Amino acid sequence: MDLRSSVEIITEWDIVAARQLGRNEAKKAGFGTVDQARITTAISELARNIYLYAGKGKIEIERVTDNGKFGIKIIASDEGPGIPDLRKVMEDGFSTSGGLGAGMPGVKRLMDEFKVVSETGAGTTITTTKWLH
Amino acid sequence: MNARIPILKLNEVLIVSIQWELDDQTAIQFQEDLLNKMHKTAALGVVIDLTPIDFIDSFIAKVLGDVINMTGLMGAKVVITGIQPAVAITLIELGIRLSNVMTALDLENGLDKLYKELEA
Repeated sequence: MDLRSSVEIITEWDIVAARQLGRNEAKKAGFGTVDQARITTAISELARNIYLYAGKGKIEIERVTDNGKFGIKIIASDEGPGIPDLRKVMEDGFSTSGGLGAGMPGVKRLMDEFKVVSETGAGTTITTTKWLH
Repeated sequence: MNARIPILKLNEVLIVSIQWELDDQTAIQFQEDLLNKMHKTAALGVVIDLTPIDFIDSFIAKVLGDVINMTGLMGAKVVITGIQPAVAITLIELGIRLSNVMTALDLENGLDKLYKELEA
């Protein structure tokens, strides 16, 4: 069984490819329709952020287990400019691109675990997990 | 490339059924097509049915919200119909409030609501 799959984000169409992969993986892992929508939406937000702010990067989707719990982990990574003010991007309504500013805080609410590592000039990696309850 | 979203005219109302997952380009094209069609047909109302849509991210939500505001500027009313439970839950968790938007469970209720609003 392939436990890890990934999509390179280079064009706008890759955003669609990433979320379709995410939906399929979520379905295969046994998530219900609401969690499938949460995971798909989270991937869409993360993939669009890569496309908008870093130009290119990668979405990896992986099955994870922890103490008998099963889940899906999404790793969104890029080698873009990094996030200068992490606290600001986690505020609802903050956007530098004319968007709704819902992406980052939204993903955190949609998923169970959420971690950002960002270094100015070096890139950003966001790791987020949803557990099967 | 995806095809354009068809916009149907029924008397003074335009009906749109979004049948597949929207990519960014299709969403933006739809925005333009709808406003042009409204202008050409002098439509008074629009029903946008989202029944087959199983997720909406913040970009699509923004395009939809903008379409609704733009349609309002042109003097028409919009009803959004068929939002699935999973879509409603994720939109709110994402922090998106489509406030001041008329909604209805399905196309039939949406048309009823729109006609009542237009008569008022």
